[in-house]
Amino acid sequence: MKEIVGIPASYGIAIGPAFVFGHDELEIGIITIDDPDAEWQRFEAARDESRRQLDEAYLVTKEDCGEEAAEIFNAQKMMLDDPELINTVKRRLEDELINVESALYETAEIFAKQLEAIEDEYLSARAVDIRDVSSRCLRNLLGLHDAPGAGLDKPSVIVAQDLTPSDTVLLNKDFVLGFCTAEGGSTSHTAILARGLGIPAVVGAGDLVHQIDQEDVLVVDGDAGKVIINPDQASLQHFQIRQTDFLEVQAEAESISHKPAVTTDGHQVEVVANIGSEKGIEPALEAGAEGVGLLRSEFLYLERDSLPTEEEQYQKYKTIADAFGDKPVILRTLDIGGDKDIPYIEMPPEANPFLGVRAIRLCLERPEIFKPQLRAALRAGYGNNLKLMFPMIGSVDDVLRTRDVLEECRTELKDEGYQVADMMEIGIMIEIPSAAIIADQLAEVVDFFSIGTNDLSQYTMAADRTNAHVAPLASGFQPAVFRLIKTVIDAAHDKGKWVGLCGEMAGELLAIPILLGLGLDEFSMNPPAIPFAKRLIRTISLEHARQIAKTALHLKSDQEIREYIQSEVPEVNLG
Amino acid sequence: MPEIDLTVNHEVGLHARPASMFVQTAAKFSSDIEVTHGEKTVNAKSILAVLTLGAHKGAKIQIKAEGDDEEQALQALEELVLSNFGEG
Repeated sequence: MKEIVGIPASYGIAIGPAFVFGHDELEIGIITIDDPDAEWQRFEAARDESRRQLDEAYLVTKEDCGEEAAEIFNAQKMMLDDPELINTVKRRLEDELINVESALYETAEIFAKQLEAIEDEYLSARAVDIRDVSSRCLRNLLGLHDAPGAGLDKPSVIVAQDLTPSDTVLLNKDFVLGFCTAEGGSTSHTAILARGLGIPAVVGAGDLVHQIDQEDVLVVDGDAGKVIINPDQASLQHFQIRQTDFLEVQAEAESISHKPAVTTDGHQVEVVANIGSEKGIEPALEAGAEGVGLLRSEFLYLERDSLPTEEEQYQKYKTIADAFGDKPVILRTLDIGGDKDIPYIEMPPEANPFLGVRAIRLCLERPEIFKPQLRAALRAGYGNNLKLMFPMIGSVDDVLRTRDVLEECRTELKDEGYQVADMMEIGIMIEIPSAAIIADQLAEVVDFFSIGTNDLSQYTMAADRTNAHVAPLASGFQPAVFRLIKTVIDAAHDKGKWVGLCGEMAGELLAIPILLGLGLDEFSMNPPAIPFAKRLIRTISLEHARQIAKTALHLKSDQEIREYIQSEVPEVNLG
Repeated sequence: MPEIDLTVNHEVGLHARPASMFVQTAAKFSSDIEVTHGEKTVNAKSILAVLTLGAHKGAKIQIKAEGDDEEQALQALEELVLSNFGEG
């Protein structure tokens, strides 16, 4: 039994076997099969994929290191198509009814050993080649190479250095019990994905994660940020009980999640969902969302090779806005740049992409991208409660320029005879410290604010949230961040405007009492967090929350604030 | 089954580029083609098998072919080896 400590990124307890992502050591087991043809088909497919990769490797190597070095990949391709190798594999599939992985692995080993046995430097190098190409093919068979998640075939805890969006796209989410990563912070992609899925996760657990082997039994304690490797009986039992308790709380919270979130002294706040596409509609409504506080529009631009048309966007936005009827749906315009880019939208490389042409800055520079989205939104918002929100606003001028483009679109649409939403509310994300500081001025030119704590924290603390060394600094619990949030809420309320928060923090139970006390009007979070957030809000009074906020604003560290809330509101701990 | 006996004169033997060319030439024919070096006889269309022959410079090899294009196959392989794998 071993314990690793990391950052708690998504609550709950997960217990299950480890699935180590991108592990170098291939472990090939012999499995009896009953359909050699199907195994053969898998082999053919894996060889096709390997050939494609080898061609690519050839070209890249030729470019970088010249023809001679690249030639190795052509030689490997010949090995991959070697009739002796292939026929031996085929014969073994048919005669021995074993899985193609073990047939290939063993056959390649036989050839490699024969070559090694000749004791010739050149032939030893060829032994390396046959092993290399067979392991490439095995990876493709096991889905470990370009698609490292495809080998996941039973419920498991995913263990990785870190996961990129393209890694996780390939994961079969039905088999993901929890996550444990060496890198990343509480707003890294893995953390966000885990919360989106409602799956426990511990991130940033450091190099000790590499001690985890395939199939080790893991406990992921997403509340405490701990991972236990191969727990003993007593400890396993303890976590099983906690898991059951957690699930009970979850069930109870879910059973009343459709009721409003009202404090014990009668103050009601809005609890809404963050969604990324029309796939989010159902989970959001089921979780008890009172609308959508953040509809990310990037989904429309991904997995394609050209810009979505106005019509395509119109259809999607309308479907989503209509699904929520008169409940609000806040569409955030395209937020790319920084760590998110889209292959067909050319963006010159920048030394500091997070400080460069991203989000609204890009849109204002590129009307051919921005205008179709605004036109689609204005049309889609007719007859429902769609609102528009702009990301990365840093000055009043940003808002005015954006509004000009919006009005231009509105006029054009009317001239063309379209019905458009005339009363559409316009808001901005508060995620650049400058916007928080001049919130009083911004409140005069918009209808609402939504605080994006992920970016606001990283820009305020000058700490890259994807860099494990400084990610803990980029926490929303930093006193400086709380003070900015207070500035923003006070400034908006002074001007009669409302404020939401759609960062990860809104769903973080520990943050809810302070945010409530600071006067936040709307909490927008991933659907799985909604029942828990509503449950917590119902247990506290606004009076108490205000007092907590007042005291917390004078505390001097992230840690002090967290401990203080925990002592004041024990309900923030689940299970 | 026609057969021919040849000597590999290339500097690197029946390895590396010569081996690849030898195998690629054999693969163009539908006949079954075998190559023997010493005690060992292998499929001439298999790079892995041909490499395991360990046929260095000066090695004596025997090639046999059986099939519709056996004569053409042997002729092509003979030319390849005699031309020192295209290096004169």
